[in-house]
Amino acid sequence: MSGSEHVTISPFISVETSDATAMVKLLGDWILDNAGQIDRDMHQVAVLCQGGAILDCSEIQELDTAGALLVRRYAQTVESAAPAILTGVLARHKNLLDVVSACPPPAPTQPDHDPWYIAVLYEMGESAFSFFRSAKNLLGFIGLVLSRLFGALFEPSRIRLVPLVHQLEVVGLKAMGIVGLISFLIGAVMVNQGAVQLAKFGADIFVIDMLGISHLRELGILLTAIIVAGRSGSSFTAQIGSMRLNEEVDAMSTLGMNTLDILVLPRLLAMLIALPLLGFYADVLGVFGGIMMAWFQLDITPANFIVYFRDVVSLDHFLAGILKAPFFAIVIVVSGCYHGLSVSGSAASLGIRTTRSVVQSIFLVIVLDAFFAVFFTSIGL
Amino acid sequence: MNNDRNKNIVIKVRGLKTEFGDHVIHNGLDLDVYRGEILGIVGGSGTGKSVLLKTIVGLNKQSEGSIEVNGRIQGTMTDEEDRKSRREWGVLFQDGALFTSLTVAQNVQVPLREHFDLPPDLMDCLSLNKITMAGLPLDAACKFPSDLSGGMRKRAALARALSLDPHILFLDEPTAGLDPIGASAFDALVMELRDSLGLTVFLVTHDLDTLSRTCDRVAVLGEQKILINAPLSEVVELDHPWVQDYFKGPRARAAGIKSKNVENGMQPVLA
Repeated sequence: MSGSEHVTISPFISVETSDATAMVKLLGDWILDNAGQIDRDMHQVAVLCQGGAILDCSEIQELDTAGALLVRRYAQTVESAAPAILTGVLARHKNLLDVVSACPPPAPTQPDHDPWYIAVLYEMGESAFSFFRSAKNLLGFIGLVLSRLFGALFEPSRIRLVPLVHQLEVVGLKAMGIVGLISFLIGAVMVNQGAVQLAKFGADIFVIDMLGISHLRELGILLTAIIVAGRSGSSFTAQIGSMRLNEEVDAMSTLGMNTLDILVLPRLLAMLIALPLLGFYADVLGVFGGIMMAWFQLDITPANFIVYFRDVVSLDHFLAGILKAPFFAIVIVVSGCYHGLSVSGSAASLGIRTTRSVVQSIFLVIVLDAFFAVFFTSIGL
Repeated sequence: MNNDRNKNIVIKVRGLKTEFGDHVIHNGLDLDVYRGEILGIVGGSGTGKSVLLKTIVGLNKQSEGSIEVNGRIQGTMTDEEDRKSRREWGVLFQDGALFTSLTVAQNVQVPLREHFDLPPDLMDCLSLNKITMAGLPLDAACKFPSDLSGGMRKRAALARALSLDPHILFLDEPTAGLDPIGASAFDALVMELRDSLGLTVFLVTHDLDTLSRTCDRVAVLGEQKILINAPLSEVVELDHPWVQDYFKGPRARAAGIKSKNVENGMQPVLA
């Protein structure tokens, strides 16, 4: 080598390549705030230090663990080619460099990921299996809950009155606002839109038939069930799920309390009572919305509306709607509680289970409704 | 007696009052924490040890009084200053409070990502360094918090608290729920970190072993204020019923805490 070459790479590093061994001066504050830049500079300098290096630490001002780690990391980078020597460590920095005595060997910091094509296949298989598994478990859970429920009929002391009343308030009373508002608006919109279409045939009076039949048979109870599934089903899962995470459910079983009796039965009974009532209430408000809209838009007075309504809409239509309520109630409670009790491990699982419970209960409510529609038609109800 | 010791005050609390509704937790509380010391906070359940910690780190708003950390009055800073000053402390919560959806290494990297823009390999290196410093094996780096034992979770949380190289470490019951071996290892770790990194440690604890082994000074919370803030040998002599009960019970004797009264076979004078 000929002559001395002095290169200042950055405010933190300057290199002197007079010898085969480069003399590297470390300058300034080697702290976390500058770590990004120092790390970038290091790669440049490493090229100049193929023949080994002496690292002079005497001009480092501030040093923290990140800086100490960078010094070690740098020494290691150089050392892969040639020896690196650390000199001039100040007394106040010695402690830190002793603590950070080496650059930690690389270790995985996140779990291994499969390649995407395998991940897709894996997820498809996994979700297919989990679908059948959860269908099986859900069926088993329904059986378990129903057997507890019928058992409770012969042993009424198992039914806890206070939680039942509390659930009735939460599930029924407090849902009246939103259920009423939505039913009212849907009833009004049905008349409003129906009247426009039927007026083309001069048959706008038939909006009353349309509203009565569609709302009482289908829409009233279906909308109520969907709102309640979103409102109460999700809260069942979240409540029971966070109790699972808190080990409260385990505590109950060790105290000899039946978790189904305590957590599921009051909710199921409350829902069995509240959902038909809410359905009836939704029917009333939907028809009321229709009456109002008919009055404003079609000049049909409420009295005329009701007289005509009584003639065309029979009790069967109402029954065909309200009969579905208990079945919807079971579906909502069972899927809410089942997913709540299946929560395990972390907060993420609680989120996944809550989503799944709501999606599943709404899906099942609509599927059941479709079955009932076909069934009622075929038996002529 | 120790007035001539270096009085470099890191945390200065004056006239602190905190209340929840009608319930007053602290009233007229003064507290000094010196640089480089390990200060233990003790007090009966419900005297507001954790509340004090949360108030100092700004998770709770006091209704009166001032809190100065490193000479800056908390609550009067701009958002940017506040963000910067937060870098200077690390907090270890009672149950670790690790993010459950992230691995240990990712947990340690969270503050780094939030404050800096660093290349991933450097970030991995930094986080692995902190993980080894906290006394965890390297293969714990890619595990999720739910796969770790209680003691390991505490260490992982400590690694996260250390990730921005703080000057002040707040520890909320770090040894609660650990077995004696794990607890004393954790004590040793805290002392070692204090010595090597020059940390100031604010330690809320119930563990008499931890108090006697690690703390330079002990502050006793009671009657809504700090009853005494002094080295343990002076605290045990304080003539206050709770302090006497606490430091002269069978557990205190087991932890090797001695006071003159007991040694001389005298009954403590209860007020």
